[in-house]
Amino acid sequence: MLALRDRQDKAAFAALFRHFAPRVKAFLMKGGASAAQAEDHAQEVMATLWHKAHLYDPTRASVATWVFTIARNRRIDAIRRARRPEPEDLPWGPEPEPDQADALVLAQESNRLTEALAQLPPKQRELVERAYWGDLTHSELAVETGLPLGTIKSRIRLALDRLRHELR
Amino acid sequence: MTEITHHLTDDLLMDYATGTLPEGFALVVATHVSLCDDCRARLAAYEALGGSVLERAEAVALEDRAFEATMARIAGLSPAPRPAARPRHGLFPAPLQDYVGGDLAAVRWRPLGLGVRQAVLPTDGSAKVRLLYIPAGAAVPDHGHRGRELTLVLQGAFRDDEGRFGPGDVEVADEELEHTPVAEAGQDCICLAATDALLKFRGIMPRLAQPFFRI
Repeated sequence: MLALRDRQDKAAFAALFRHFAPRVKAFLMKGGASAAQAEDHAQEVMATLWHKAHLYDPTRASVATWVFTIARNRRIDAIRRARRPEPEDLPWGPEPEPDQADALVLAQESNRLTEALAQLPPKQRELVERAYWGDLTHSELAVETGLPLGTIKSRIRLALDRLRHELR
Repeated sequence: MTEITHHLTDDLLMDYATGTLPEGFALVVATHVSLCDDCRARLAAYEALGGSVLERAEAVALEDRAFEATMARIAGLSPAPRPAARPRHGLFPAPLQDYVGGDLAAVRWRPLGLGVRQAVLPTDGSAKVRLLYIPAGAAVPDHGHRGRELTLVLQGAFRDDEGRFGPGDVEVADEELEHTPVAEAGQDCICLAATDALLKFRGIMPRLAQPFFRI
């Protein structure tokens, strides 16, 4: 990602494309898009990734998180046809030379969160995943499945809290 | 700015992160996060969980020439401009300024009586969001809630049974809460408030027939 960000490296982009584009397509289809729509939007998400690469800050988000936010915004825009109010940028903005140690810790904590998600019992994991696919709010999901989100949150709470402290 | 003591709930931050929060509530969340480093970090953690969900998604094959098609799209677009770190002008954070079309001076207030004023902001209609202007020392009449209500203080402060809410504080109210917010003396209170949308025919009903905050 940094090779793309700093040098517009096409080979680096190709590697990101191979990894993320099929996942973005899957993510959008899970959220209710048709295969053709999801293909179109996945290509657009990846093109946006290229054009916004210079804004990527590895101390604030993993690449997967960055791609997720772009895909989510595309979904809101295209499927819900609503505006997405975004928080103001931090006054200092993305750093030209992000601190490598900070970036490494963030990447480690992000991996830990992915592991915590993988280790959830399947029903609880599905609940979290469906919330992020965006077809239902988490309270609607809790009603539908009879699983209160609080019990799930306690399982991934630790990983979320660790990450939150890194992000402060 | 005084320290923020009333924050967003996990439920709201998670729904904002997943993108399922109605636009009007999302505006209050984005405005609060602009003012609150703590909620910004909590939101980033929920977005990271979205990254984990994406990372774990089972890949779906793309069309044969998807990469070339994407490179062609890239060639047809210009790079996103680096957003200038906007210096804060005035009272409203950037997401709110985007909806108002400016800062406090650009708000088109409408009187609600007793010096209280409101300005409804345009959204997709899934939730209603408005600015409220409550003169210093004035009370907002008793009102319950038929759904959620989020109230973010931008200037001044109000008190109700739940405590004191100053600049940057957000009150999250549900159906159970009946409250009488009173603006503190000294400075007029300006809030951003979002409520679940009512039925569509509301627009043609006489305004006075509607409970306060629901007009």
